Amino acid sequence: MSLLEIGGLTASYGPVQVLHGIDLHVEEGEVAVVLGANGAGKTTTIRSICQMVSTKGSITFQGQSLTGKSTSEIARMGVAHVPQGRGTFADLTVVENLEVGAFRRKEKNFSSDYDFWFGIFPRLAERRAQLAGSLSGGEQQMLAVARAMMSKPTLLLLDEPSLGLAPIIVQDLFQRLRTIKDEQGVTMLVVEQNASLAFSIANRAYVLEAGAIALSGSADELKNDDAVRKAYLGY
Amino acid sequence: MTTALDATSVSIEPFGIGRKIRRRLEEIGIRGVAVTAGVFVVLSLTFVAMDGLKLYWQRFLDGLANGFIYAAVALALVLIYKATGIINFAQGSMAMFFTFIAWVLSRQQSWPVWLAILTAMLLSSVFASGFERVFIRPFDPANHLPITIVTIALLSLIDGTAIYVWFADPKAFPSPFPSKPRQDYVDIFGARVFYATLGIWITVILMTIGVTLLLNRTKIGLAFRAVSSNLESSRLVGVNVGRTLQFGWALAAAIGTLAGCLVLSDSRTYLEPSFMAKSLVFAFAAATIGGLDSLVGAVVGGLLVGQMQTMIGGYVHFIGSDLVLATTLAIIIIVLLVRPSGLFGKVRVERV
Repeated sequence: MSLLEIGGLTASYGPVQVLHGIDLHVEEGEVAVVLGANGAGKTTTIRSICQMVSTKGSITFQGQSLTGKSTSEIARMGVAHVPQGRGTFADLTVVENLEVGAFRRKEKNFSSDYDFWFGIFPRLAERRAQLAGSLSGGEQQMLAVARAMMSKPTLLLLDEPSLGLAPIIVQDLFQRLRTIKDEQGVTMLVVEQNASLAFSIANRAYVLEAGAIALSGSADELKNDDAVRKAYLGY
Repeated sequence: MTTALDATSVSIEPFGIGRKIRRRLEEIGIRGVAVTAGVFVVLSLTFVAMDGLKLYWQRFLDGLANGFIYAAVALALVLIYKATGIINFAQGSMAMFFTFIAWVLSRQQSWPVWLAILTAMLLSSVFASGFERVFIRPFDPANHLPITIVTIALLSLIDGTAIYVWFADPKAFPSPFPSKPRQDYVDIFGARVFYATLGIWITVILMTIGVTLLLNRTKIGLAFRAVSSNLESSRLVGVNVGRTLQFGWALAAAIGTLAGCLVLSDSRTYLEPSFMAKSLVFAFAAATIGGLDSLVGAVVGGLLVGQMQTMIGGYVHFIGSDLVLATTLAIIIIVLLVRPSGLFGKVRVERV
């Protein structure tokens, strides 16, 4: 049984249907990426998992159905979601953002977790008492990842982490995501437009076109697929 | 890699530390606060020159008592506004209704007055929790207008019920503070401060400290601040948004009820179904001046409006006490024209 299994997923915003029957699965411990152009339905797919849009079809996580559950229930089950645009708690300090991230955990003291994530993202350590709204875009993205990881999730969903960031910052971020993957063993589902970056951490890949899966397979297979190369990698 | 990041941060803040401090001060609206303080000092000196220091000092302390009450009601309004983005128009009516409950308990059931007040606060919290669950939560929290209209419906419902049950004739509310005739005041540098007034100051200050600690030191407080800051992200980290907002409603209701009882502890005001109306309007004004989303702003705004009310009523004779409300509102409009987000309100900037 896969950690996350999606079957025949359709989703719509009011009368407009965006996803037309998506099948997708993520195995425990792997990184899966969903590639696709603007408007292909990548964000909708990831938001469907957290039930932030109305969906039909099956979504099971650790054998339990997620459909009909509330977003916060799903988060408490161990699905952490870094939304597009980072979802920073702008009025809370950096440390408080991390504390909120650990909301589902029962412990009271998280100082060793803070130290750990400040070790991974030293920039955040320098700004720990600052309001998160005053951080730069790249810093906010790091904070969003650290915040999500504070919940000790089983599954981490990342919605276009590279969006709006300078290339050098994106490189750095993905390198740290690789570290997190290797050291924490967390399963990830990453939605990305930047295919070469996505392939750099992925085990499995899906290509989404107009709300349906156009291609799927191991990251290595897809990386060498002619159509994918031409459309997403540009060579 | 860290060096690369450092390089980018330099390009973001090219003017170094001085600019950073300035930006931080601008964030908390230091200029607005400075201008307001300046105007206040200049006017105070004028008033002192007009009628002497002693009268000014007495009026200043009188204004403080009203100010603390407005601060409390404004705090209740801001708590709800911060978390939900709506103004609870029923805040005053809820406070009025549960002040009546406190009156029933203390006068008709002969409970000790403080016990009656605390029980009424608790009951108002229970009522607000239930009301939130049944009439507020079914609505999409992102759509403010329907919820605002629900609060107006609640206002009419409570006002009507109160008149139906208790009639409109004024009743005396037992003061929770010691009030022996002729010895019921302390002398502060030549000004008389009644025990009731002193009691209002202390109660509101303690309540404000309590609310601050609750919001900053507890898990539910953190959840409340998270929901106020970013609703969707709160859901994504597993905060139960409905229950958190319910907590906000309960807290605001208790604060409002306490404020209602404090309004009446001043022996000049009697309990009747519309007694909160004036305080509510001044509290709206206070919250607006302070910046609707700032708790500090609510308190400062409340104190400021209290001063405006006393000073304008006292010194500007052609206005007197009848036009104070109108004048205060005019001043507020001017403040908002200059600084739309209020003194401490946040000017929202989204980073991309």
